[in-house]
Amino acid sequence: MVIEQDTTFQISEVAVSVEIETPDMTLNIGPQHPSTHGVLRLIAKVDGEKVTDVKPVIGYMHRGYEKLAEVRTYPQITSIVNRIDWVSGFANEIPFIVAAERLMGVEAPERAQWVRLVLSEMARISSHLIFMASYPLELGAATPLFFALRARERVLDLLESVTGGRFHPNFNRIGGIKPVYGSGPTTKKTSMDVPAGFLAETRDAMDKVLGTCREIEDLVAGNEIFLARTKGIGVLPVEVGADYGVSGPNLRASGTDFDLRKKADYLPYDQFDFDVAVGENGDCYDRWLVRLQEIREAVKIIQQAIDGLPSGPIQAKVPKVIKVPKGETYVRAENPKGEMGYHLISEGGSGPYRLKIRSASFSNISMLAWILEGAIIPDIIAIMGSLDFVLGDVDR
Amino acid sequence: MNKPLGYGLLVGMKVTFKTMLQTWMSIATGGRKGLQSTVNYPKVKEVPVARARGVIALDQENCTVCMLCARQCPDWCIYIEGHKEHKEPTSPGGRVRKRSTLDRFDIDYALCMYCGICVEVCPFDALYWTPEYEYSELAMGDMLHDMDRLQDWMSTVPDAPEIEK
Amino acid sequence: MTLAIVFWAELAIKIGIIAVAVPAIGMVLGFAEMKLSAHMQSRIGPYFAGGRFGWMQLMADGLKFMQKEDIIPADADRPVFRWAPALPLIGTMALLVIIPISAAEFGIIQDLEVGIFYALAISSLSTIGVLMAGWSSANKYSLMGGLRAAGQLIAYELPLVLAVVGVVIQAGTMSMQGIVEAQTAQAWPYVVTQFLGFAIFFVAALAELNRIPFDMPIAESELVMGYVTEYSGFRFLFFFLAEYVNMFTMSAIAVTLFLGGYWFWGIPTDSALLGVIVLLAKSFVLVFIMIWFRWTFPRFREDQLQTLAWKWLIPLAVLNVIATGAFKVLL
Ligand code: SF4
Ligand code: SF4
Repeated sequence: MVIEQDTTFQISEVAVSVEIETPDMTLNIGPQHPSTHGVLRLIAKVDGEKVTDVKPVIGYMHRGYEKLAEVRTYPQITSIVNRIDWVSGFANEIPFIVAAERLMGVEAPERAQWVRLVLSEMARISSHLIFMASYPLELGAATPLFFALRARERVLDLLESVTGGRFHPNFNRIGGIKPVYGSGPTTKKTSMDVPAGFLAETRDAMDKVLGTCREIEDLVAGNEIFLARTKGIGVLPVEVGADYGVSGPNLRASGTDFDLRKKADYLPYDQFDFDVAVGENGDCYDRWLVRLQEIREAVKIIQQAIDGLPSGPIQAKVPKVIKVPKGETYVRAENPKGEMGYHLISEGGSGPYRLKIRSASFSNISMLAWILEGAIIPDIIAIMGSLDFVLGDVDR
Repeated sequence: MNKPLGYGLLVGMKVTFKTMLQTWMSIATGGRKGLQSTVNYPKVKEVPVARARGVIALDQENCTVCMLCARQCPDWCIYIEGHKEHKEPTSPGGRVRKRSTLDRFDIDYALCMYCGICVEVCPFDALYWTPEYEYSELAMGDMLHDMDRLQDWMSTVPDAPEIEK
Repeated sequence: MTLAIVFWAELAIKIGIIAVAVPAIGMVLGFAEMKLSAHMQSRIGPYFAGGRFGWMQLMADGLKFMQKEDIIPADADRPVFRWAPALPLIGTMALLVIIPISAAEFGIIQDLEVGIFYALAISSLSTIGVLMAGWSSANKYSLMGGLRAAGQLIAYELPLVLAVVGVVIQAGTMSMQGIVEAQTAQAWPYVVTQFLGFAIFFVAALAELNRIPFDMPIAESELVMGYVTEYSGFRFLFFFLAEYVNMFTMSAIAVTLFLGGYWFWGIPTDSALLGVIVLLAKSFVLVFIMIWFRWTFPRFREDQLQTLAWKWLIPLAVLNVIATGAFKVLL
């Protein structure tokens, strides 16, 4: 195999092309590769380092959640759906629970809704911090990883102190949040409301998160090498993104303010004052910056929420054995990765007849083949990293 | 954006250098304030929060072998067997009282996904979460805890944390 | 007869020094990298092995590598694959030979007339090893890593040489000892007049060492582990050792050329011990900067690296040479 270095590199604006016959090489990136975030596989045809054709292969992690949901009851499904996108488990539960609530005609009390909102914003922060950690790492800078993980640890501790789980909270129940520890006579009094000291801890942790944002910004945002690697790389126009069903920060980086927190009503976001972070160019750098801004906005939301957390019950009255009446609904929510929706069809049983999951990462990476064509290998990594997908969210 | 070329590089270097000095300070003072998120594990133990879902404890006294937990468990990793015991009436002519007794109550922690549904559904408060986490085993089969082992965990069940007003 | 004995004894001593120095330097620098990187990321770093500070960590690692199975891929070009790791190490050892540690009689292992020329020639030996490793591994990632290394070598050898030319013009000699003596004589290190040269040399040396921000041949997020992907056991250890010792030798050469070598204000230059200490101290400063860079910066892209070399470093270096030459003629 002859690879001629000079044929492949674009030295600045002048494309150097030497007429040497170079056969294309098929390069399998993944399913086990440091930068595919799990088990994504790209079959890339490369000419030197330039990618002429790329075919993403997914499904190595298919766990059959949609089918599994058909043979499980509603409480059981809650514990399954938070494993879809495991870096923001809490946020996955909400649209499902809201869908079931809407079919049953119950509504969670205000306090429960606010707690849900606080915790799902925490999930957003922890998910975006993971991105802040892994993205520079993919470009070769290892240090931001530890800064981001340090702040994320605090957020996860908070999540754990309320829900008992760091990654898989399984905390939402139809009609509110998990009301009590157990259902027996003695533990009945053991409420699962937020523990004492949580609000003060949260305030503290949010300051810490903001501090980390500043540190990461210093370390990465102005770095000329980082800029050279990300500015103008992997540009995604809004129209193309919308055609592929891209959503979330990836789409907002291209310059639209499509945010379901503003546009849908699954949680009382309308009572909060926050901005939607919007990028300009839709390149890797903007995708990175939008997420950094979103962390700051999420902190803003959480600070407002813990200042005005209403008191009251955390669970509405629901029957002990949950049966959802016949009907169907679709609830969409703004997950850290993008739009997550559940299409729930119920035939009246204790489990859904069909649960279609629309997960953000699946749609986000559907345009991989389009966006990666013509890129060179280092850019593949930069672009893939900037899309911030989780394979569990892709394969389900 | 009118920074001279290389300014961003220098700012980044300042951050890492500062962090290095901070780490030196915190190591020198032994304080490790704020910087360390982890503990020196085998020597120092991590203290989980009270609600942490570490391992499930079983109070055999309370269990009535109703099988609710085993049925509700999403991955069916609880194995229960039991039988009815007949208690002789205390006074002659009294009723024969029946009591369900456990023969077997195993939780397979290799399979459990720590969802907490079993604890939640148990109507008689026989199951509790405890934040204990040191029970890894070399063989997969040893992850199956029998009822005596589960009973032992009872001593580690913490008090419920206070609730924010 | 006696002359032959003296010759062989001297050779044995020299080889012995190098054989001890190479692993020792590798370990010290490897450990420094571990610890410093940890501290820059607010971690503690190794702390377990050997009790305090985890100072035995690298010995334990070395031992671990020795015990590991030496895997050779089935499709590999076996002899080339086997010998590739030796080349970087040989290159490194050959470089240590010409670093002067004092003005005394045995202050340098071998003072060559064309010392710096020899150094530049030998330093590219390690890249050949890298290329061999990449080629023979029968792995596409390794191949790409090897070719990237080759491309990098071509692009960065030129500024490296051109940066040195300035020093050579100013000193009027190519002997390493001579260059240090020239700096001692004027009591100023050349970095004052040759700062541009020094900066270019340092950047080019980083590229040559495959250190971040120029570590594309390894680029673990892109090429898994680049040319070392298929290596394991002590062959991997060889690459590892060579990388760190190379870091040191490159710094030592930079120190000799630009920072006055073993010379420092007020320190006698004819004591081997003091000379070694000064040299080591100066080199470690450079090594620290390399480590600092590595844990702060992301890496460049391959084409950006080429742009940097051809569009910036080489013209600047040429400029530097012209300016130095002009000054030399005029003054
Ligand atoms: S925690 Fe969940 S998975 Fe584990 S035993 Fe209980 S119900 Fe089953
Ligand atoms: S639900 Fe509670 S009482 Fe019933 S079998 Fe399980 S542990 Fe025993």
